Amino acid sequence: MPSTVAEYLGVRSNFAELLDLGGASAAGMVWRAAAAIELGICDVVLCALPARYLTPMSDLKPKSLSDAVFFGSSSNQFGSPQAEFDIPYGNLGQNGPYGQVAQRYAYEYGYDERAMAKIVVDQRVNANHTEGAIWKDKPLTIEDVLAIPIIADPLHMLEIVMPCVGGAAVVVASADVAAKAKNRPVWIKGFGEHVPFKTPTYAEDLLDTPMRRAAETAFTMSGLGRDQVDMVSIYDCYTITVLLSLEDAGFCEKGKGMAFVSDHDLTFRGDFPLNTAGGQLGFGQAGLAGGMHHVCDATRQIMGRAGAAQVRNCHRAIVSGNGGILSEQTALILEGD
Amino acid sequence: MTGLDRPVPVKTASTTPFWDALAEHRIVIQYSPSSGEYVFYPRVLAPRTLADDLEWREISGMGTLYSYTVARRPVGPHFADAVPQLLAIVQWDEGPRFSTEMVDMAADDLRVGMRVKPVFCDRPDARPGEAATMLRYTAA
Repeated sequence: MPSTVAEYLGVRSNFAELLDLGGASAAGMVWRAAAAIELGICDVVLCALPARYLTPMSDLKPKSLSDAVFFGSSSNQFGSPQAEFDIPYGNLGQNGPYGQVAQRYAYEYGYDERAMAKIVVDQRVNANHTEGAIWKDKPLTIEDVLAIPIIADPLHMLEIVMPCVGGAAVVVASADVAAKAKNRPVWIKGFGEHVPFKTPTYAEDLLDTPMRRAAETAFTMSGLGRDQVDMVSIYDCYTITVLLSLEDAGFCEKGKGMAFVSDHDLTFRGDFPLNTAGGQLGFGQAGLAGGMHHVCDATRQIMGRAGAAQVRNCHRAIVSGNGGILSEQTALILEGD
Repeated sequence: MTGLDRPVPVKTASTTPFWDALAEHRIVIQYSPSSGEYVFYPRVLAPRTLADDLEWREISGMGTLYSYTVARRPVGPHFADAVPQLLAIVQWDEGPRFSTEMVDMAADDLRVGMRVKPVFCDRPDARPGEAATMLRYTAA
């Protein structure tokens, strides 16, 4: 809760908000913070996300097995459309719905499971160069990914994020405050958000993701083009999320994402650096803080603080957030001072 | 463990006609004459237009498989005994889509775009207020 954070830090906040956009919460918090600063409400905003349901526990204070644990971001409460029309048929959680998305993609555009595995493998190289990554010490091959059982067709286990404990935060500040910062300030040059549905069953077109509008809005606001971005920090709860986001954010033609990831080196030293801290697939997903992973990765790259995974001459980045099942999506365009 | 029984739909004032028809093995969904569009799930006002003209119409329930997945691991503890579970999205011929499960067929026979037909699954143990029948699908 924002009030607990204010109390714990001993600050008197003029702006307190709890945002619920799932994995898009982090990117959503950043642009809201910028807007609050532009409005003159405040000059520094802490955007912090805990893992929420995965926080450390004690046997002396056991956590109740609540709906939030079993049903995630779906609501099983009386009167909820999910409780009545989705959950009873097993349409809950994430693996099943994202499997359905990938299956629909295969039907419309074809499918190359090696390309999907390559997303995991290239990001794993990045994780292997990033301190704190859950998979830091484990290299991975495409064959490894494909040899591990399928969880929800056609998604293999390692195409799905690894849950972990943790938290992540960034500070958004006014230009005056940022000028005094120790590290290179990173400007929020553009943002966009689009939220058209909750359950994928009711999406108008499941493969036309909200990222198309969110990214278009963000790029237009920034005045920058896709070819001016030095790294991309793309929400990666599943490989299919990365693929669709790259297509709909305009980095490759619709339906050609599999060829695009096959043709490019997605590692930090490659020609199209993607999720250079390993992404959530390589770093681990600390619940909602997983969305903040992408904000932090892009920010650290632009600041030059990415350590062994530093992209050379990194000045501009796109960050994508994705909540639910492609249902809440936010884009940020960041640029170094 | 009774707390982990499969979640069951509980009717609301605006959804009761759908569930009551289903108990008679009929499928009725809403239709908005002003936009000429069928609507699912049930609403108080038509989505998008907010028109106050929703009426119930019976449909055949025939449709195509929009997408599916085979859950090889349980989607949650309530579904521990359900694997492999054939999670499906069916698109009715009238337009709206429906979350459901495919039954009485093998996972290997699933194809996006295949024709599908309703399977009415009665729940003799339904309590008052709960759905008495679930709507699942199989190959037509």
